Amino acid sequence: MDHTSLLERWLRRFALALIVTFFMFPIFWIVLMSLQTNETILRSPPSMAFVPTFDNYLAILAGRLDSNVASMGIDFLNNLMNSIILSVSSVAVALCLGVPAAYAFARHKFRGSEDIAFTLLSFRFAPPLLVLLPLTLYFQQIGLADTYLGLVWVYQLICLPLILWIVRGYFEDISPDIEYAYRIAGHSWFATFRKIALPLAGPGIAAAGLLAFIFAWNNFIFALVLASADKQPVTVGALAFVTASGIQYGQIAAAVVLSIAPTLALALWAQRYLVEGLSLGAVKG
Amino acid sequence: MSLLELNGVNKIYNPGSAHAVHAVQNLDLSVEKGEIVALLGSSGCGKTSTLRMIAGFEEASSGQMAINSKEINRLPPAKRGVAMAFEGYSLYPPLSIRENIAFALKAEKMPATEVNKQVEAIAALLEISDFLDKRPNAISGGQQQRASLGRSLIRKADLHLLDEPMGQLEPQLRALLRGRIKHYIKQHNLTAILVTHDQTEANALADRIAVMEGGVLQQFDTPENLKNKPANIFTGAFIGEPPMNLFEAGAALNDTEIHLRLGDDVKLEFPKARFSPELIERVLTNKSVVVGIRPHSVHLAETGHPAEVYANQWLGDQTHVAARFAGKSIVSVAHDRVRCGPGEQVNVQINPEDLHIFDPATGAALSHGGVLA
Repeated sequence: MDHTSLLERWLRRFALALIVTFFMFPIFWIVLMSLQTNETILRSPPSMAFVPTFDNYLAILAGRLDSNVASMGIDFLNNLMNSIILSVSSVAVALCLGVPAAYAFARHKFRGSEDIAFTLLSFRFAPPLLVLLPLTLYFQQIGLADTYLGLVWVYQLICLPLILWIVRGYFEDISPDIEYAYRIAGHSWFATFRKIALPLAGPGIAAAGLLAFIFAWNNFIFALVLASADKQPVTVGALAFVTASGIQYGQIAAAVVLSIAPTLALALWAQRYLVEGLSLGAVKG
Repeated sequence: MSLLELNGVNKIYNPGSAHAVHAVQNLDLSVEKGEIVALLGSSGCGKTSTLRMIAGFEEASSGQMAINSKEINRLPPAKRGVAMAFEGYSLYPPLSIRENIAFALKAEKMPATEVNKQVEAIAALLEISDFLDKRPNAISGGQQQRASLGRSLIRKADLHLLDEPMGQLEPQLRALLRGRIKHYIKQHNLTAILVTHDQTEANALADRIAVMEGGVLQQFDTPENLKNKPANIFTGAFIGEPPMNLFEAGAALNDTEIHLRLGDDVKLEFPKARFSPELIERVLTNKSVVVGIRPHSVHLAETGHPAEVYANQWLGDQTHVAARFAGKSIVSVAHDRVRCGPGEQVNVQINPEDLHIFDPATGAALSHGGVLA
């Protein structure tokens, strides 16, 4: 960094500021909106000067949506709970299935291994609606429609390929000789997987799990089609604020703040793992 | 009974595909207890594949492998009783060097004081005492390599496999450690197989050397025999620095002398009495042979066959003189300075006891120093 000129440093700072503003402004604005009433949000020209109110948050926590026409019950907290249940269990299932599979794909080149791995990845390419229509029919037949189990199953379309492909790369980065050294010291391959491969790929697995969690959390279409109101996550639940008597911007904003808070907190907390994950290359021989 | 027996072992990578590679071909090898054997060859000669098959990281495509008369083909690496030092070091990244070296001993439930004593001893031997408490990624490649070597040598295994154990070390340290490692192995009565492409290392460490090329074992013998009695043209040219001078020659006989006609009408004449009658018969039936002379045995003298010097290098302890001779080039090594510059004429003298004669068709040695091989 010593060799950069003053101008270059200032340009770099300016570019960084621009990027941060671009990505942070929507979040900043949403937080502002969540503290205003619908009237102050919609006034023209918009202004940053307002008296903050927590009514929007209180309405959501109380589960009552009061508009100027009527009041109706909403169950946003239930949606939040659904999001947590669905995302956490989807990622857990995907980790249990995906990490051993990733290890197998990384370490053992068997006939068709590349094809299978690619097929799994290709699930990410297919438009979700293509899968959803037949799935809706099947799920109704076998009783999986509108169940957490069915949703978690479908969520594997998002989580499993992601985890499989990211974690596979991390396993491939570990020199096989480290595992051989452990095996030749008298350990089985399963012990090697648990004691050497898993800890070394740990940061990568954490990063992949985190990404999968965010993708699962943000999913909208699967739950919209396959679940009824009491199983829907926040992404679908937010639709309830579009009421017959108008769109409740303040409450939507508060709901959005509440729903991005867990993923944002998780990402900030896991930053360490993401950075550690990126420096895993140092392990290579 | 040998400690390790390999019988007709083959290794074929990607069998049946267009990229099939026959890395190890029909290998027979037996290693006695307490012996140090080097697998020597250039890259891709099959030496590392052989080592990995013995360790159990690669499956032999066919053939038998046995340690202590027990077949190991299907045993997992953990059950084979072998220890290995890896070319890529492969230390466990989260553990300190001390913990890495002590790893197997701890698993054997050895008391901590004893473990520590042994680790300190091997660390002193390998000159790594100063960074025992560092992590692998905090030390250099050469230091990691010594730690990996230490982790292997400290184990009580039937067989120690060392894959290029000193490839990353600087020459002085390598020379020092060679002696120490050999002494350690002998003192503890260990059996070791060493993979290397460095013949100095193989010569210094090994009791016997297996020279491999193209997946085929060329010769398995003591360092001395490899030098004095190479089994074929490949070993003759591969072992020795600078390499053996090789010339194709036609053979003829008169009443008293045997004539070897090299290129450019150069004719080497030797008294018939210096060759055994069987050899003379073999050479004459062959008509053409390949003659090999070690550079150390090419003497520059007052009389002899004329040659024109084109390079003269003083290496500090020996002189390499390269000259045009018999349509090719001949290299002579002398232990003193030789004063002759490029373009000068010298006389080359070759003694019959220094001749290696090979069959040009098969490459197999016919004779060494006038005696049938």
